[in-house]
Amino acid sequence: MNAMFRISGAGRLSQAKTASFTFDDKSYIGIEGDTLASALLANGVHLVGRSFKYHRPRGVLSAGAEEPNALVQIVRDDARKTPNVRATVQELYDGLTAHSQNRWPSLAFDVGAVNDVASPLFSAGFYYKTFMWPKSAWKNLYEPKIRAAAGLGVSPDQPDPDHYASRYAHCEVLVLGGGAAGIAAALAAAETGVRVILADEQAEFGGSLRFESGARIDDQDGYAWAQGAIAKLKAMDNVRVLSRTTAFGYYAQNFVGLVERVSDHLKNPGHDLARERLWQVRAGRVVIATGAIERHMVFANNDRPGVMLASAARTYLNHFGVAVGRNVGVYTANDSAYAAAIDLKKAGVNIAAIVDLRDNPAGPAIDEARALGIEINFGRAVVSAGGKLRVSSMTVQPKNGGGGRTIPVDAILMSAGWTPSVHLFSQSRGKVAFNDETKRFVPGTYAQDCVSVGACNGTDGLDATVDEAYAAGAKAAKEAGGKAGKGAKPKVDAGESWSRGMLGAAPGAGPGTTVKAFVDFQNDVTAKDIRQAVHEGMRSIEHVKRFTTNGMATDQGKTSNMHGLAIAADELGKPIPQVGLTTFRAPYTPVTFGSIVGHARGALFDPTRRTATHGWAASQGAVFEDVGHWKRAWYFPRAGEDMHAAVNRECVTVRKVGGLFDASTLGKIEVVGPDAAKFMELLYTNPWEKLETGRCRYGIMLREDGFIYDDGVVGRLAPDRFHVTTTTGGAPRVMNHMEDYLQTEFPHLNVWLTSITEQWAVIAVQGPKSRDIIAPLVEGIDMSDEAMPHMSVREGKICGVPTRLFRMSFTGERGFEVNVPADYGEAVWEALWAEGQKHGATAYGTETMHVLRAEKGYIIVGQDTDGTVTPNDAGLDWAVGKKKTDFVGIRGLTRPDLVAKGRKQLVGLKTKDPKVVLEEGAQIVTDPKQPIPMKMIGHVTSSYWSENCGRSIALALVAGGRDRMGETLYVPMPNGTIEVEITGMVFVDEKGERLNG
Amino acid sequence: MLLIRCPYCEEERPELEFRNAGEAHIARPTNIAAESDDDFEKFFFIRANPKGVIYERWRHIHGCARFFNAVRDTVTDKFVMTYKAGEPKPAKLPGASK
Repeated sequence: MNAMFRISGAGRLSQAKTASFTFDDKSYIGIEGDTLASALLANGVHLVGRSFKYHRPRGVLSAGAEEPNALVQIVRDDARKTPNVRATVQELYDGLTAHSQNRWPSLAFDVGAVNDVASPLFSAGFYYKTFMWPKSAWKNLYEPKIRAAAGLGVSPDQPDPDHYASRYAHCEVLVLGGGAAGIAAALAAAETGVRVILADEQAEFGGSLRFESGARIDDQDGYAWAQGAIAKLKAMDNVRVLSRTTAFGYYAQNFVGLVERVSDHLKNPGHDLARERLWQVRAGRVVIATGAIERHMVFANNDRPGVMLASAARTYLNHFGVAVGRNVGVYTANDSAYAAAIDLKKAGVNIAAIVDLRDNPAGPAIDEARALGIEINFGRAVVSAGGKLRVSSMTVQPKNGGGGRTIPVDAILMSAGWTPSVHLFSQSRGKVAFNDETKRFVPGTYAQDCVSVGACNGTDGLDATVDEAYAAGAKAAKEAGGKAGKGAKPKVDAGESWSRGMLGAAPGAGPGTTVKAFVDFQNDVTAKDIRQAVHEGMRSIEHVKRFTTNGMATDQGKTSNMHGLAIAADELGKPIPQVGLTTFRAPYTPVTFGSIVGHARGALFDPTRRTATHGWAASQGAVFEDVGHWKRAWYFPRAGEDMHAAVNRECVTVRKVGGLFDASTLGKIEVVGPDAAKFMELLYTNPWEKLETGRCRYGIMLREDGFIYDDGVVGRLAPDRFHVTTTTGGAPRVMNHMEDYLQTEFPHLNVWLTSITEQWAVIAVQGPKSRDIIAPLVEGIDMSDEAMPHMSVREGKICGVPTRLFRMSFTGERGFEVNVPADYGEAVWEALWAEGQKHGATAYGTETMHVLRAEKGYIIVGQDTDGTVTPNDAGLDWAVGKKKTDFVGIRGLTRPDLVAKGRKQLVGLKTKDPKVVLEEGAQIVTDPKQPIPMKMIGHVTSSYWSENCGRSIALALVAGGRDRMGETLYVPMPNGTIEVEITGMVFVDEKGERLNG
Repeated sequence: MLLIRCPYCEEERPELEFRNAGEAHIARPTNIAAESDDDFEKFFFIRANPKGVIYERWRHIHGCARFFNAVRDTVTDKFVMTYKAGEPKPAKLPGASK
């Protein structure tokens, strides 16, 4: 059973293979190979959507990617509801479900269409002018209402269940576009043996050959030739042929992004197939063969369903076997619409009349139309289309005015001429040039190794196109290293050719008129809107574009840009090239986020780093926090404990007995070589030459500007070997900083740097019992205070494996850090844990580590410093070698601002009410009664509840802080001001006796 | 994505492998502690930021890890040439006839 407008014997689809689908819940029958648009048209459905702003009924304008009107929502299931799918691109599959968009309650009766009646209110710049006052209403009232009324489809509300593939590819010649030009270029290039990739956005290759019934190449119908050539290319090992693949972006150095729609056309894609595949292609040479796009005529009500591009009607007839109407009018300013009229007439469709704006055109197409008995009107214009949900008539007048007549039609085919698709050329940063004779922009100056061929290069005629493309393909291949080809150039026996046409508003829609003659269908921009923008002072085409939104919809103005430009130029009284073209930007057609993201989502979005004890910590119920890429145990709650209770217990236990903490994430760098000490002298503020082997020192690294960059404990393992630790987050940048200086400023130093962060697992054992916990497991190291004092490092064995055993403390207690090869980390941890259990030690996480170090006033770089803090500001002047003559940052430290009085200094804070815990980042003022905005003199950098102190503690950067000891300051918060007292930074064991306790 | 030739690896590699490291040919003064405020400002803070040809440092951080110098046009993003760290600023650029 064929649909009403399917013409038996016409088109290339097998009419026996039917596919059922629904549109707005009504069932229809199409055939395999249809697009949704062709299947709807076959069923006589022209009304497919409502426009963005005015909610005007809209039909199918085109048969390709340039479609601005026929946007639908394709629904596969609850999670797969793709909005704004162009019905002209979506291939039909059995069971396809589509819905129209932007209408309520129904497509035929849409309440929002009141906007059309009220359209004088909604002209260009409407939003800017109308919704300005009151300011608050924009966020709460205007924007939500406008968004609801002007939606373009509905986003899916569930995570995308599909997956998306990604490939990199390299080739000598990349051909973009698989029409006659692209195929000819690919053949020529492929014959030389180089790697060729040919991509086309359509399901089948052929481009304009899909509708050009007059084309014959190598003694075949043009489209048949294309299929044969593609089969030949596919059979070649050096050629990759990609259909349903859009080149959406042209980037630097011939890097081109392609997106291949892998399974959107399938009834049951299954989960094995990706939905789309992103190709990132690096090509030696690129041949751009992207063709041209037909323009519509700009006249009143040119958006009525049934009004469409002439070439689209030809495509629907010659490829899909669908007649777009039974009584069709034609409105043209060039020859190409004649071919549509002739093809339809021959297929039995009545052509009511051809209306040609030109005065006395002549040529074979006109002769043939006349011979077929079609009424032709020269020098006349269609000034209005009648009908609402479907065009019902066209009103024809002499183009310079005068009496008109109304001709009943059920479709109008229009052609204002062809616009070369220079999008990708322009994206390659090539400069377009305006050809005044043919009134079109064509590629001018090239910026990359590419060449445009065929219609996108302004080359008219199939013969010339194939010549040009074949030569360009051969040349590109040769330049990219190919040998001479042996093939023969395709022979064009017959082809079609046209180029002229018109730009801008047609008669009846010109200056002084207020009719709705649409320039940009998707954004509802009329000729009047463009003129109004100029009247209101927009001079640059970029301003006109933004004020009117012309060309800013998802179709990127493929049909509208040239008309809009011409109308603006006319109104400005300037020639087109002086007004200039707006910039073409990627993507050429909308690209899904899925294809860009590929597999990089969920767990694969970013790498996760886990320490050797991760599994053990997880089995103990640890709660983890993200620190950079690392997962770190945050705290270890026992049954019934919340975070607060767990941290309090951990803090107290460490100071009373001991605790185990995984410090593996700290950055570790081994600095080795005869000049290692010299290098350390230059990179850190501290003196290193005299540090004895086996001893450690807390080091500070500055940037050249004198601000703290990183810190960490450094152990000297040998005269020529330092084990440097860095902050967890700072490890990569410290390594880079060291390499930079070593390679470029101090290349005379004989030093080797190695990142050893992941080679060593680090188990901190802290607390009065720490030595008792470790000692039973250690061989070959005397751990007595005399033999191994605080801040020393020894090499030996623990649990039978090598260790670098540091005696150091980030808690203020006697403490050790056990470094073992990472593979042994978990086993050594478990052994230490078993020992610790005998004493009642705890495992503790990063939160307890933070509290314990704050109790001692130990800073964390990046939390208590922010890149504008000097060692002096942080109270660490003692770590700067006073006798040193050079280190990175030495000059920065003496900059006037860095030695000025009143700098913010790190101090301790105690709240007057010990139970109140300050918020980190809270601002500090001297007088809470001063008017807002208050003068802030500092901020809280660290703040915790300290169970060991039985009160809250905090660190803060305060202007002139060290001169304010004992002073009362204020922290204004939303629910009241908090009184604080400035104190020293050490809250526990000020004398440091517990380090040996 | 740019292709950048690493002068140590002697081949073009994708931009993903590299990291920019700021303007090139700014040597750290040998006696930096004695620099005047003005000279230190020029050395540390002031950069040419040209429209056109820039001499800059790159690091092949995910490759050989070496720092090297490059000449790049900031308008077209085209690399004119790359050369090893420590080599002098090229007197004449390839292809620069005018």
